[in-house]
Amino acid sequence: MTRPIRIANGQGFWGDSLQAPIEQVRRGPIDYLGLDYLAEVTMSIMQKQRSRDPRSGYARDFVPMIEEVLPDLVEHNIKVVANAGGVNPEACRDAVIEVARRKGFAGKIKVGIVAGDDVMDRLDDFIARGIELKNLDTGEPLSSVRSRVQSANIYFGGRPVAECLGKGGQIVIAGRVTDTGLTLGPMIHEFGWAEDDWNKLAAGTIAGHTVECGAQCTGGNCMIDWEAIPNGADIGYPVIEANPDGTFVITKHEGTGGRITVAGIKEQLLYEMGDPREYITPDCVADFTSIHLEQAGTDRVRFSGITGFPATEFYKVSVSYSAGWKAVGSLVYAWPDAFKKAQAADRIVRERLDRLGLKYDEVLTEFVGANACHGALAGTPPADIAEVVFRIGVRSEDKGAVERFTREVAPLALNGPPTVTGFGAGRPKTEEIVAYWPALIPKTEVQPRISVIEA
Amino acid sequence: MARVKLIEIAHARSGDKGDTSNVGIIAYKPEHYPILVKQVTAARVKEHFKGICFGEVERFEIPNLHALNFLLHKSLDGGGTISLRTDAQGKTYSTAMLRMEIEVDDALARDLRGSKSE
Repeated sequence: MTRPIRIANGQGFWGDSLQAPIEQVRRGPIDYLGLDYLAEVTMSIMQKQRSRDPRSGYARDFVPMIEEVLPDLVEHNIKVVANAGGVNPEACRDAVIEVARRKGFAGKIKVGIVAGDDVMDRLDDFIARGIELKNLDTGEPLSSVRSRVQSANIYFGGRPVAECLGKGGQIVIAGRVTDTGLTLGPMIHEFGWAEDDWNKLAAGTIAGHTVECGAQCTGGNCMIDWEAIPNGADIGYPVIEANPDGTFVITKHEGTGGRITVAGIKEQLLYEMGDPREYITPDCVADFTSIHLEQAGTDRVRFSGITGFPATEFYKVSVSYSAGWKAVGSLVYAWPDAFKKAQAADRIVRERLDRLGLKYDEVLTEFVGANACHGALAGTPPADIAEVVFRIGVRSEDKGAVERFTREVAPLALNGPPTVTGFGAGRPKTEEIVAYWPALIPKTEVQPRISVIEA
Repeated sequence: MARVKLIEIAHARSGDKGDTSNVGIIAYKPEHYPILVKQVTAARVKEHFKGICFGEVERFEIPNLHALNFLLHKSLDGGGTISLRTDAQGKTYSTAMLRMEIEVDDALARDLRGSKSE
């Protein structure tokens, strides 16, 4: 293929705009629609859903969205690549196929899956064979939390996505494929990039990183002249125009809101960045210090010069495990002396918890409006501050202690400092903490499972 | 020389990986990038974020973007779902960083004041 391919992103996380994928399909020409649904915590939620209902455990929003755009996909031969499969890509595929048949598209669309990332039932085998799955941050072996593990998934890259497209999948439903793999996969498929063409694979990876947070590269959450960014209600999501040589342009559909500039793109490039020379993915190691950016017209930024290094021998594994309980409660104090009242409330709650003999791993207080975001850097709030939110949270392995805490905030509405409100939502909710355990595993241990079925 | 806040010459974005926050700062003008390199050192950032960051601070240079990236280890109260903080992902550490004061020559300080009053 010689003309650029157009890869749109319509979802930056599960919970992003329901309308964005539909607009991406209808408001301008695209070849691919990429949708990122998975965060670390999402996998454990989906694992729990599946344990209750074997037909669940995927991003349910995906199915009605596909139902709405199916006629457009078929008419314009638009392909969809999404990690909507969560921990149950098969069930997600079955739901999509059912919708396609019901809407009269039987025989007109093929749906593929990229699975095999779920290694939950292989963990004991790995550990028995000396694969310790040490925590990348702490160095501890997984055996120390094994009994509390709730999900375990390999991050696959763009290669299996490309393979699924190669088998004719027009809708590719993946489990835990990296955000960047959703973008790189179509490029590998279209341009036939070799497994060791590190520079091009790095370019596709950086394109993926740029759009993986949806509108965060088109003017969303952008610091520069933020008030001047036009038409936020109709913000356009990103579209990549990708070339076979690895250069690409980030743009958006004409007539949409938002703004794409070199400066705004730089912000997004730095988002969740580690060592810029070593952006490690399953497909390659990308070097962000090689990127050359230029403004190539209104709302168009061109990328070139990108280089990369060979991929590592490992896949990343994302393990989630139960790590105790937490609860957070809050009350609002009004002028005068709002900050002092909130501080007094904090002292009272803490003393009451002490009197009850309750111990926590942590008790954390914030004064929203004064210092919750920037701590001491925010300085002392003005004496006449209009209102302050007293926000207190606790964390413990002991669920009972956390539940008792949830009864100790609301009483301050009547028995604490004056001009207090904001207790309408009732007492705080006790939440299970599902923590995240990053580890590595040799690539030889796992193979993606790819299949394609016609609706 | 005059003291100005970093926000006068740089913009920023921050994000998270577990209990580590990343804060990237970018010079608005390429000619101001050397000021960042010289003054916004890992040691200064560690001092700036005392009370927030309890681990090591690493710094990386990205000259092609006129940017520096910092990793603030142990800065998110455990991070992700463990953290009790409002900003468990360090999304606002971008502007917390830009509160830092740096030294610039008087001519630049006058320019910065001028551009603000325009």
